[in-house]
Amino acid sequence: MDPNHMISASATSGSDFGGSVFAHVVQAPEDPILGVTVAYNKDPSPVKLNLGVGAYRTEEGKPLVLNVVRRAEQLLVNDRSRVKEYLPIVGLAEFNKLSAKLMFGADSPAIQERRVTTVQCLSGTGSLRVGAEFLARHHHQRTIYIPQPTWGNHGKIFTLAGLSVKTYRYYDPATRGLNFQGLLEDLSLAPSGAIVLLHACAHNPTGVDPTLQQWEQIRQLIRSKGLLPFFDSAYQGFASGSLDADAQSVRMFVADGGECLAAQSYAKNMGLYGERVGALSIVCKTADVASRVESQVKLVIRPMFSNPPIHGASIVAIILKNRDMYNEWTVELKAMADRIISMRQQLFDALRARGTPGDWSHIIKQIGMFTFTGLNTAQVAFMTKEYHVYMTSDGRISMAGLSSKTVPHLADAIHAAVTRAI
Amino acid sequence: MAIAVNTSRFEGVTMAPPDPILGVSEAFRADNSLMKLNLGVGAYRTEELQPYVLNVVKKAENLMLERGENKEYLPIEGLAAFNKVTAELLFGAGNPVIEQQRLATVQGLSGTGSLRLAAALIERYFPGAKVLISSPTWGNHKNIFNDARVPWSEYRYYDPKTVGLDFDGMISDIKAAPEGSFVLLHGCAHNPTGIDPTPEQWEKIADVIQEKNHIPFFDVAYQGFASGSLDADASSVRLFAARGMELLVAQSYSKNLGLYAERIGAINVVCSSADAAARVKSQLKRIARPMYSNPPIHGARIVANVVGDPALFNEWKEEMELMAGRIKNVRQKLFDSLSAKDKCGKDWSFILKQIGMFSFTGLSKVQSENMTNKWHVYMTKDGRISLAGLSLAKCEYLADAIIDSFHCVS
Repeated sequence: MDPNHMISASATSGSDFGGSVFAHVVQAPEDPILGVTVAYNKDPSPVKLNLGVGAYRTEEGKPLVLNVVRRAEQLLVNDRSRVKEYLPIVGLAEFNKLSAKLMFGADSPAIQERRVTTVQCLSGTGSLRVGAEFLARHHHQRTIYIPQPTWGNHGKIFTLAGLSVKTYRYYDPATRGLNFQGLLEDLSLAPSGAIVLLHACAHNPTGVDPTLQQWEQIRQLIRSKGLLPFFDSAYQGFASGSLDADAQSVRMFVADGGECLAAQSYAKNMGLYGERVGALSIVCKTADVASRVESQVKLVIRPMFSNPPIHGASIVAIILKNRDMYNEWTVELKAMADRIISMRQQLFDALRARGTPGDWSHIIKQIGMFTFTGLNTAQVAFMTKEYHVYMTSDGRISMAGLSSKTVPHLADAIHAAVTRAI
Repeated sequence: MAIAVNTSRFEGVTMAPPDPILGVSEAFRADNSLMKLNLGVGAYRTEELQPYVLNVVKKAENLMLERGENKEYLPIEGLAAFNKVTAELLFGAGNPVIEQQRLATVQGLSGTGSLRLAAALIERYFPGAKVLISSPTWGNHKNIFNDARVPWSEYRYYDPKTVGLDFDGMISDIKAAPEGSFVLLHGCAHNPTGIDPTPEQWEKIADVIQEKNHIPFFDVAYQGFASGSLDADASSVRLFAARGMELLVAQSYSKNLGLYAERIGAINVVCSSADAAARVKSQLKRIARPMYSNPPIHGARIVANVVGDPALFNEWKEEMELMAGRIKNVRQKLFDSLSAKDKCGKDWSFILKQIGMFSFTGLSKVQSENMTNKWHVYMTKDGRISLAGLSLAKCEYLADAIIDSFHCVS
C-alpha cells in the first residue's frame, strides 16, 4: 500500500463511509482566561496591552524569573549526584514538608502532631482537582460552595471531579466590596458537611478579602454548621508582601483543631508558572486518619499522572530550606507585591487626573494581582477593539501586567469606555 | 471559640494497599539484605546498578540554563516545539498525517497523563465504547480507564503454554468485540510480557481492526528501547497510519530519554481530516484545563532540544543503542546462566525472544513471593522482572533464585 496516498473515501476505520469517527466532536471555545493571551498574541498593534492572565511582569513589561530561582536551578544542574528517577506518588518528601510549614507555620501543632498529609500536585489547579476527587470519593457530602464570582476554572475542576457546585454570595457590585451579610446567609443555609471553597487571600477575580474579624466570623459559622473548608492559596506573599500575614486565614482554621484542605500554588509567588508546582494539604483530626487519607489520595494520583514532576519542586525545596535563599526570596517577593501596589496607586491617580466619572477607590482597596474594575462586557469589548487592551470579559485586569509607561494608555482606555461606550 | 467537629469526617476512610508496581520499590528500600535486587519498576540502571541521566539530557539542561529562558505558562496543549518534534519522532518527519495536518498532538504528563487525556476524550465522545486491553497489560491501564469511567475488557494475549503470543485468541477476541471499540496496543516492547507481534501479525491485527471499525489506541512507552532503533520501534504505529486509519497514540519519554520524573509525554490523535484534528485538539485542551491547566515546561524543553538538534539527536541515538544493548547482553547472560544451572532441562529461550525492558518469567504469584522472601529479589507478583535493573554481575544469583522458585515452590 502506498504510504503517501491521500485518504480515499473507502479506506478508513470510521463509522461513515470516508468519514471520521471524530465527526461529532465539536470545536471547543478557547479558554476564557488563557484565550485572552491567544487573542493578544494575534494582535499586531504596537500599543497592545495584555492584562489577561495573572502572570507577573516587570516594569519593562517582561516576564520575570526570580534571581533566587535561577540560583537554585544552577545548583540543581551543577549537582552531579542528581538523578531523574520517579518521585514517589506523593511527590518530593522534602518539598511536601517545607510546603506544609510555609502554609501552616513551622510551629503548627497540626504538623507536629502529624495530622497533616501534604502531597505534591500540579500547581493550584492540580491540587484542587486531586483534593476534589478525593472528596467526591470519600466525603459524605459531595456539594461544594464557591464564591460568586470566583476564578473561571474552579467550577469546571469541581464538576469534573464529581462534586456538585453551588455558589455563595461574595462580591457586592454596589460597594465593589464584600457582601458579608450575603456570604453569612448563604453559608448558613448550606447542609452540614458541605464543602466551602475559600480564597486564602487576594481573592481572584475581585481582589476583595474579608478582614481578620470577618474571617473569624466565617470560621465560627463554618465550624458551627460542620462545613468543610477547602482553601485555595495561590498568592501567599503576593497579597500583602508578607508570607505569614497572607496565611492568617488558613492558620486561624487550623488553630481551632478542625479539619480543612488547602491547595497551594508556587506559580506566582515563586514565578514558577510553567513548572507546575503546588501542594495539596489535608489537615485531619488524627495522625491515623491523615495516614489513611494519604493512601487514598495516592489512588487518585496514580491513574491521573502516576507521580509529579521533579524540577519545580526541587527548586522550591532548595529555596525554602536554605536560610539565605529563603530570605532572598522574601525580598524579591515583596518587591513584586510592592510594584503591584504602586501600579494600583498610579492607575487610581491617572483616572482621577482625567476626571473619569465614578468612584475608583476600589482600585487601591482591592488586594493582590487583580483589580475587578466594574467595567461591563460591552466596555471591555470596546477597550479591546479600540485600545488593544486585553482583559477577561468580567472586567478583571491583571495589575501585574501594567507598568508606569502603560498606565496612561489604560487610563485613557477606561476613560473612553466609561464616557463613550454604551 | 466555636468548637470544631469532634470526630474526623474522614474516619471511615480505609488504608489503601500499596501500588503493586511502585510499592515494590518501597519494599525494596526497606530491605536491609546485601543481596537485594530491585527488578520491580522499569527504570534503567547501569551495570553498576545506578540510575542514569543521559549525557544529551545534561547537555540540553546546560544549554537551557545558559539561555536563561523564562518560566511562563505553556499553552494548554503544551510546548509547540515539543509537540512538533514528538510527532515527527513517532510518525517520521514528512509523514502524510503531519503534512496534511490530520494529527492532533497535545503534551501530556508522560504516558500515564497522555493515556488519561485520551481516556477522558473517549468517555466524553464515545460514551459506552469499550477499550480492549491485552491480558496481561501494564497494571495501571485498568486504573486509568476505571477512573475515567471508560468500560474495558480483555483480549487474549499471553499464552503461558508457549510463553508467547496467543495470536489466534487475540484476533478472535478483537473480532468478537462490539464494533467501534478502542483496541489498546503496545507499540513495541509489550509490558509486562516483552512479547511483540511480528510485522505479519501486525498486518493481520490491522485487518481485523479495520473490519470491525475499531479504533487502534497505541501505548508507546519504549520507542528506541525495544530494538535500539527509534524508527524500527515505531513501525507498528506507522503501519496503521499508512493504511489511512484514525488512531490514538500515547507517548512517554520516561525510559528512552531517562526523563522519568520530569513527566513528559504526548497524546496524538490521527484523524481523517485536518478539521477533525483541530476539533479533537480543542477538546483535549478542554479536558486538560480542569485537570492541571497546562503541562510542565522542563521536560518538554529537554526533549525539544535533544530531538530538534541534529547533533544531540544523533548522540541520543547512540546512547539509546547502548542502553538497549546492555539489556540485550543481560538477557543473554541470564539465559546462559539459567541454561547452565537448570538441571531439569527447562527451555529458557523465551527470555531471548522477549523484547524490551521486561521479562515475563512465567513465575506464579507464590513463586514470585519466594523470589522476594527467600532471595530478596523484588519484582511484581505477575512474574515480571525488569532487566533494566539487572547487572551482568548479578545474573548468576538471579538464575539461582529463579530456578529455586520455579522448581521448588508451587
